Amino acid sequence: MVRDGAPDSARALPGERLLTMRVSTEIHQPERFQSNEHRNPSMALVLNEEQSMLRDSARGLIGDKAPVSHLRQLRDSKDATGFSRELWKAFAEMGFSGLLVPENFGGSGLGCVEAGVVMEEIGRTLMPSPFLSTAVLAASALSRGGSAAQKSEHLPNIADGSLLAALAIDEGTKHRPLQTKMQAVRSGNGFRLNGAKALVVDGHTAGLLIVAARTAGAAGERDGLTLFLVDPKSKGVEAERTAMVDSHNAARITFDNVDVDADGVLGEIDQGYQLLEGVLNIGRGAVASEMVGLSEEVFGRTVNYLKERKQFGKLIGEFQALQHRAAHLYVEIEITRAAVLKALQTLDGDFENAGAAVAVAKARAGSTATLAVQEGVQMHGGMGMTDQFDIGFFMKRARVCQELFGDSNFHADLLARMKSY
Amino acid sequence: MSDPENFRRETRAWLEANCPPEMRRPMTSEEDTFWGGRNTKFSSEPQRVWFERMRDKGWTVPHWPKEYGGGGLDAEETKIVRQEMAAIGARQPLVSFGISMLGPALLKYGTEAQKKEHLPKIAAGLIRWCQGYSEPNAGSDLASLQTRAESDGDDFIINGQKIWTSYANYADWIFCLVRTDPAAKKHDGISFILFDMASKGVSTKPILLISGRSPFCETFFDNVRVPKVNVVGTINRGWDVAKYLLQHERAMISGMGERGVGRPLGQLAADSVGTDDQGRLEDPMLRGQIATFEIDEAALACAAERAVDLAKAGQAHPAFSSAMKYYGTELNKRRYEILMSAGGIDALEWESERSKAGARPRAWLRTKANSIEGGTSEVMLGIVAKRILDLPGA
Repeated sequence: MVRDGAPDSARALPGERLLTMRVSTEIHQPERFQSNEHRNPSMALVLNEEQSMLRDSARGLIGDKAPVSHLRQLRDSKDATGFSRELWKAFAEMGFSGLLVPENFGGSGLGCVEAGVVMEEIGRTLMPSPFLSTAVLAASALSRGGSAAQKSEHLPNIADGSLLAALAIDEGTKHRPLQTKMQAVRSGNGFRLNGAKALVVDGHTAGLLIVAARTAGAAGERDGLTLFLVDPKSKGVEAERTAMVDSHNAARITFDNVDVDADGVLGEIDQGYQLLEGVLNIGRGAVASEMVGLSEEVFGRTVNYLKERKQFGKLIGEFQALQHRAAHLYVEIEITRAAVLKALQTLDGDFENAGAAVAVAKARAGSTATLAVQEGVQMHGGMGMTDQFDIGFFMKRARVCQELFGDSNFHADLLARMKSY
Repeated sequence: MSDPENFRRETRAWLEANCPPEMRRPMTSEEDTFWGGRNTKFSSEPQRVWFERMRDKGWTVPHWPKEYGGGGLDAEETKIVRQEMAAIGARQPLVSFGISMLGPALLKYGTEAQKKEHLPKIAAGLIRWCQGYSEPNAGSDLASLQTRAESDGDDFIINGQKIWTSYANYADWIFCLVRTDPAAKKHDGISFILFDMASKGVSTKPILLISGRSPFCETFFDNVRVPKVNVVGTINRGWDVAKYLLQHERAMISGMGERGVGRPLGQLAADSVGTDDQGRLEDPMLRGQIATFEIDEAALACAAERAVDLAKAGQAHPAFSSAMKYYGTELNKRRYEILMSAGGIDALEWESERSKAGARPRAWLRTKANSIEGGTSEVMLGIVAKRILDLPGA
């Protein structure tokens, strides 16, 4: 069965223990989660012992402090932040916020598999958290593309949880990073930015924005994109928090003659797309992991319901029509889990060639999660349609995850292009 | 084991030196598969060379113990051999039901004498096996089989009929399910027995399929005398052996969905339907179907790899092969629907030389059996529902 162990007995302890250890000894990273820069490309497609321990401690903390009711409470109270800063502090103390930050900048120097492990647990309870925006996307962008000065200025603050950052990419209705139109024109010692971004995850609370803009070329061209580090308090930056269908956090941000000096360029001028693509691939792997966790949780709840709900004098799980659909969904989830782990391992072991594996993972995760939440609501019957029942939260989040960094169709198209057809 | 990277280097070098270039090309016809057996012949010289080199190294069955003709490799080394073979597109030197089905069952349930007698001949491609499972009235409900084996001293006398016996007309021996206790409950009176297809009273009759070919036979047993020592496992406990073997059969069949056949699907389609000025397939709906298919195909390959790794780690669910069989066969059917669509009018020809005697439509029709043979998709889903999901009354 996919939901191994009773949630309450399995989760709380390991996380608490690690949390205590971290706080009491003031070690900057948990010692047992070691850096793995030299990952073997033929490694087994299962979590190793350290990764399993990380999963247990993440599950402990998240399951304990942020079950689905946590999201519900934030939504119902129209919380201005939209996530728990206290919990983010706990994440930092556990070493999660600095998971992808290199050790010499105060992080754990772990890899995408480990980030995926945490994302999967986030997906199980739909915990709203800056983990994706800050610990995954911004940390990756800075550590992969940042100058020495940029890294030492920002990465330690990400690792200790004091800096929240957001990636501002999308402009149109769909994720099309190559179609970026936002302009960055040379001006004085730096650039002047004009344009608008949408679906900026956690953009309403970010203390640092990473913005893609055109310094040359036209929409659709690979050359001419540049990434900028922008202080959201700069003159001309307006962030509108957008209330989202999934009660998670995002913003629309406009840039009206925003001046950025030359130090604000992240990576190379005009050659930002390669850096961006790499960062996006890490984000796609992470969101795919979130969808695996989400799918498995919905599925577990649904199968339990099939074993409880009676109609026509029988448990509805006795009906073959439902058994076969449940079994099909199980198979889809297991296959997707393998594809996602493969993508994460490839990102860690062979980053430059991970594109196809990531496209497969994100496309699969999107379609699997879509199926899982639809079957989840359908098999819960009328209960599945009620706000009181949690299952709808999963459906809403799955829709957003599909759209984030390219939906299944986007990645199918990408794969076809990679294979030249 | 030795250092895995070292083993990988050695394997790569050995394959590079020993796999003939012709054996690295995608298979294009049934003749490209070497099945072994008493009456077999090689379709080409490179096929013979490749087979003999691999046989001598024990790599027709790299994971079997050396004493039974295998390579004596552990799971990690076997995976490396498989990966390195795949990397150069090397063909399987020997394909047989002895390797994929009977061998694993003998290794688990066979007596030492049975293992010594049969396994080396399987590894060396000397004996070709067929599987006597289904009967006219025992398909999905396999355990209701009626072929009788009656005790006569040290022998059984076997009477009855099997159906869908793959390549029975070419096989040398059969592993067969027979009812040894008609009074017992249906799962309890079955035995798993081995005998020579040349025995008196055995006859076969090929069945013409919708593909116009006859890979399956009806197989008849008329007072066939078989020594009782040929029973594998305990008499009347043959269902345990049968189920164990089915897991391996299903794993084998699921593999069909993973393997690309020759050129990638997108390229094949581009050749026949053409591309636009950006190099994209002229037919955008077909392009989407192919991309979605390739995503599922790649994901299934990951799941197959993970299943092996989970088994090594002792975390595999024994019924998982049913999940893989279900998905792999449905995927293979999708592959051939796409191939037919991409082939368009050309793929409709049945006999011409141009169409290699209708190779594509015949292969397309053959795949329709994938989700029936070895347990239907519906039976597989039922097994997943019952054994993995623990759903009630399944």
